[in-house]
Amino acid sequence: MNEATIKLRPISIAVLALGGEGGGVLADWIANLAEKNGYLAQATSVPGVAQRTGATIYYVELFPVAAAKAAGREPVLALMPVPGDVDIVVASELMEAARAVERGFVTPDRTTLIASTHRVFAMSERTALADGRADSAALLESCRSAARRLVAFDMAAMAEAPGSVISAVLFGALAGSGALPFPRPAFEATIRRAGVGVASSLAAFGAAYEAVQSPPETGIADKSESEKRFGPAIDSLLASVAGDTAPDTRAIVRAGVERLIDYQDERYARLYLARLLPIAQLDRAPNQRLLGETARQLALAMSYEDTIRVADLKTRRSRFERVRDEVRIADGQILEIVEFMHPRTEEIADTLPAGVGRWLLRTNWARRFVDRFTRKGRTVRTTSVGGFTLLYFVAALKSLRPRSLRYVTEQDAIENWLAAVRQYAADYELGVGVARLRGLVKGYGDTHAHGRDKFEAIAARLPQIQQQPDAAGQLDALLLAANADESGDALRAAIAKLS
Amino acid sequence: MAERSFREEIGKLRLGDGEEFSGEGILAVTKALLQSGVSYISGYQGAPISHLVDVLSDANDMLQELGVRFESSANEAAAAAALAASVNYPLRGAATFKATVGTNVASDALANLASSGVKGGALIIVGEDYGEGSSIMQERSHAFAMKSQIWLLDPRPNLPSIVNAVEKGFELSEASNTPVMLELRIRACHVYGRFTAKDNVRPVFTRQNALAEPTRDVNRIVLPPASYLHEKEKIEQRWPAAVRFIQENGLNEFFDGDASDIGIVMQGGMYNGVLRALEILGLADVFGDTRVPLYVLNVTYPLIDAEFVRFCAGKKAILIVEEGQPEFIEQAVNTILRRADIQTRIEGKGMLPQAGEYTGAVLKDGLKAFVKQHRPDLLSANMDASAVQPSSLPPAGAVQARPPSFCTGCPERPIFAAMKLVERELGPHHVSCDIGCHLFSILPPFNIGNTTMGYGLGAAGAAALHAEDSKRAIAIVGDGGFWHNGLASSVGNSVFNKNDNVTIVVDNGYSAATGGQDLLSSSAENPARSTRNSIEAAVRGVGVEWVRSITNTYDVARMRDTLKEALTTPQKGPKVIIAESECMLNKQRRIRPLLGRMVKDGKRVVRDRFGVDADTCTGDHSCIRLSGCPSLTIAPNPDPLRREPVTKVINSCVGCGLCGEVAHAAVLCPSFYRASIIDNPSGWDRFKAAWRERVIGFFQRRIERRLAAAG
Repeated sequence: MNEATIKLRPISIAVLALGGEGGGVLADWIANLAEKNGYLAQATSVPGVAQRTGATIYYVELFPVAAAKAAGREPVLALMPVPGDVDIVVASELMEAARAVERGFVTPDRTTLIASTHRVFAMSERTALADGRADSAALLESCRSAARRLVAFDMAAMAEAPGSVISAVLFGALAGSGALPFPRPAFEATIRRAGVGVASSLAAFGAAYEAVQSPPETGIADKSESEKRFGPAIDSLLASVAGDTAPDTRAIVRAGVERLIDYQDERYARLYLARLLPIAQLDRAPNQRLLGETARQLALAMSYEDTIRVADLKTRRSRFERVRDEVRIADGQILEIVEFMHPRTEEIADTLPAGVGRWLLRTNWARRFVDRFTRKGRTVRTTSVGGFTLLYFVAALKSLRPRSLRYVTEQDAIENWLAAVRQYAADYELGVGVARLRGLVKGYGDTHAHGRDKFEAIAARLPQIQQQPDAAGQLDALLLAANADESGDALRAAIAKLS
Repeated sequence: MAERSFREEIGKLRLGDGEEFSGEGILAVTKALLQSGVSYISGYQGAPISHLVDVLSDANDMLQELGVRFESSANEAAAAAALAASVNYPLRGAATFKATVGTNVASDALANLASSGVKGGALIIVGEDYGEGSSIMQERSHAFAMKSQIWLLDPRPNLPSIVNAVEKGFELSEASNTPVMLELRIRACHVYGRFTAKDNVRPVFTRQNALAEPTRDVNRIVLPPASYLHEKEKIEQRWPAAVRFIQENGLNEFFDGDASDIGIVMQGGMYNGVLRALEILGLADVFGDTRVPLYVLNVTYPLIDAEFVRFCAGKKAILIVEEGQPEFIEQAVNTILRRADIQTRIEGKGMLPQAGEYTGAVLKDGLKAFVKQHRPDLLSANMDASAVQPSSLPPAGAVQARPPSFCTGCPERPIFAAMKLVERELGPHHVSCDIGCHLFSILPPFNIGNTTMGYGLGAAGAAALHAEDSKRAIAIVGDGGFWHNGLASSVGNSVFNKNDNVTIVVDNGYSAATGGQDLLSSSAENPARSTRNSIEAAVRGVGVEWVRSITNTYDVARMRDTLKEALTTPQKGPKVIIAESECMLNKQRRIRPLLGRMVKDGKRVVRDRFGVDADTCTGDHSCIRLSGCPSLTIAPNPDPLRREPVTKVINSCVGCGLCGEVAHAAVLCPSFYRASIIDNPSGWDRFKAAWRERVIGFFQRRIERRLAAAG
């Protein structure tokens, strides 16, 4: 051991990937690349159960053959990364990159971090009742501040175009970063040697290499487009509701108008604006968050999803095109679409004229009779003439909607809620909270019923909440509890704790 | 057929003298077995030694040429029992499995084998599944080695050392008439490296010789009085013989250093990590030159008293780097030095953590503490300054766990979705789990399962929870567990004890969790094994009367109703539901190339996948909570009025059908659709499509005109 040999250190590379993402392929490529270019390579991993969708670390160390020959000895290479001692971290996904940072593998003195910025959501993010996503900006920021150099862009999207896999893009970004002492052709030769999907891998590799070497200009897109005009009646109402409000709020109100014309008709959109007018007059805050939140929730509440709406949306040409796009129909392929629907007696009664609907729900024999046909879910082949016309005619019931049972009950509920918004808006933040509360009511069937129960449980406590110090904060906490679980246990517990 | 094909690796097993082998550690072990003239190998798959079993399963022709028999054993006990062939005959044999779960199952056979003693070398290769990525209880194989007196090898984790350990292991076994256990940690099994190969060796004494002229020696059978004799023999003859062999062959290694008043003793498997920690502390270089003397135990049992006495001479302190607990080596070294009246201080579990994997960071901290305590002058002040600044850490809680889960389209997922639906109707039941992929049910989103007691023990684990006129417990057993041990210990046991519980046998056609190996009941044709043996026939054969076979697990409503029936039927005795659908991972591997070829050849192929209409999805995600499928994820809501992310089906969807079934059975929402994509459509397909296009196009133009008028 002398001064010269103690400075000789292997290049250490940690690859963080998710099971099935090709982290192993990437580690193999790196090892093979090094071995063909004058380096010794050792690679290892801990696959096991993590292979099934979990997070996996592959670890590679490289050491120059020449240095080993000069010393006449084999280097001893480590089997796992030591925090603070990693030269290159490759992460196939943003949260995995942040995990590497959290584990100390990314340090400002030496680590080049190559990370894809796309997200593969964790189970906890996916199963949340509302929005459980981690803050991507914060994750990326921690990567930026921890790394000596950060190479980050959406590599999953880049892999998509040539129909390749993310490992090829990561390999290209690694080559482009110059963090390894090998030229581009050496990387490309490695991909050729592996011999699987060579052409598409090389295309993805090349795109990533170029992207790192000469990052594309990120010009600011010109988004200013002139506002659509709706017609004189709506435009004048719109002017009095959101004539001179903040652009964000105005955009929401306009989106609401558009939604309700699409949902029902212009008259319905006028009703929407008429309902917003008192809120607009009452909201004196500069950015009118109360108006914005009420406008958003009101538009959603008024465009509740009934069978008519679902049939309407499912039969449109734009929807057919979206599906073709999403499932990537190629020329010469034929697409068939089958819907999974389960209208129950409740939904059928909802669509009937209010009187008939109520009768159906409370008349035992009639209900049992209809139940018999709705016990099982139905599949409807929308791309067949029969299936399409069935949905087309359900959608055509739109003109009868204002007389339906659901319409009557929904409008009552909406009026009650709007009254509450106005009533509690004396405390501005509390008013915004009451507006936001309406968001609990969403979905179909049991989901909708549970949401409605939660909404009503909280709404019933509003007089009590109003008396508390930090009433808005209390309401927020209840809202959080309502979204904590499906059963409503957390909400019940939170309500019980209200003094 | 296993998850991976090992054709390329089989080529490596044929390498001859002087050629360079490059590949995985566990495959190097396989090659080393063939170089050692092994006669037979038995094994039960499981990470991290699955590849040893898999490659040999694929290498049948080559094994026949070499005169080697390979047994894909029913379980680890069977694998260990096969080593009985080395008791009477000079046959070298090896058994392999994961540890300590495999050692647990094998311990009956191992204890008998160790008592009898062996004539031919017997090697037990255990994949020590400990630390990060482990799927089992955290225990040590060391205890098994000690209790049965089986020598334990723990070589340095590089391929030449591992290969040498296999070769020397056989010699040690024969020199001391004792079975030898070779312990390899997860990373060592998977490490990619190189070694110089030797020619494979055909055994001189063959199994045919043994069968033609059987010999017996009553003193080698575990029955009194021989069993008393065995214990004496272990102490008086086998142990000293082993100690002699280990010393004479230099199996343990010493590395000198100038800081001669301290030293580090370690298990061989810890060597690379220790050396890296010393490098970071500036006390070693990458070639293994070190300032602190090292004593590397490539044999961790038995310990060689004389070597310890020699190493400790003139040292004020040594550090013992021993992963796992209890610290058997440290305790033994204390006894050795006490008896020799040597005053060297022994550091170990005080400076290194008592429990848990010795990762790079743990070793660095432990070694630093040791040197700081006993030779602070060796440490330079500015070393090890690079730590992550707290400001650059991601916000607390932002980085979320990624628990392992069922694969895309897994046929086991609908079983648990159905259980979730039953739970909504009948309330929660006690659920006794087993070992296998189905154990992921205990994690989100299903959160189903109370205990797991071992492989094939699902129903046995629910045996005590039985009461007349009460809710029934549910037990899960996989097809792997069923054949491993479950038929007798779970099903037979329930019949004999008149248990009323419900057992779900999850039959996916493979030993899926360990890499998709074939089983007795696999539907695949396997020329080397007997497959297609019915689970239902076996269950009925041991006397179960209430049996339901469901051949399509994706039929959630049927699954739910059958389970409800099993939980509520007045019929006495065990209720067994066999839920069979092929493992999707293996199915896709099987059919994807076939379909690709058919499309290329111009044949009509229909492929299904699912999708969600973002404009009717309200962002509640209850569909995900009943599934958790990796292809069922979330995406930003395209609706400017909504904030919650919508559910999205990504292109990895294999169209298993669960989403639609769940949407129906749980009355979720009408957002799901199934897209059937027809490649190379027939004339009839094209005619239908054209006709539909005309009619639907007509109506869609009407819709558009109406919408335009409204706006």
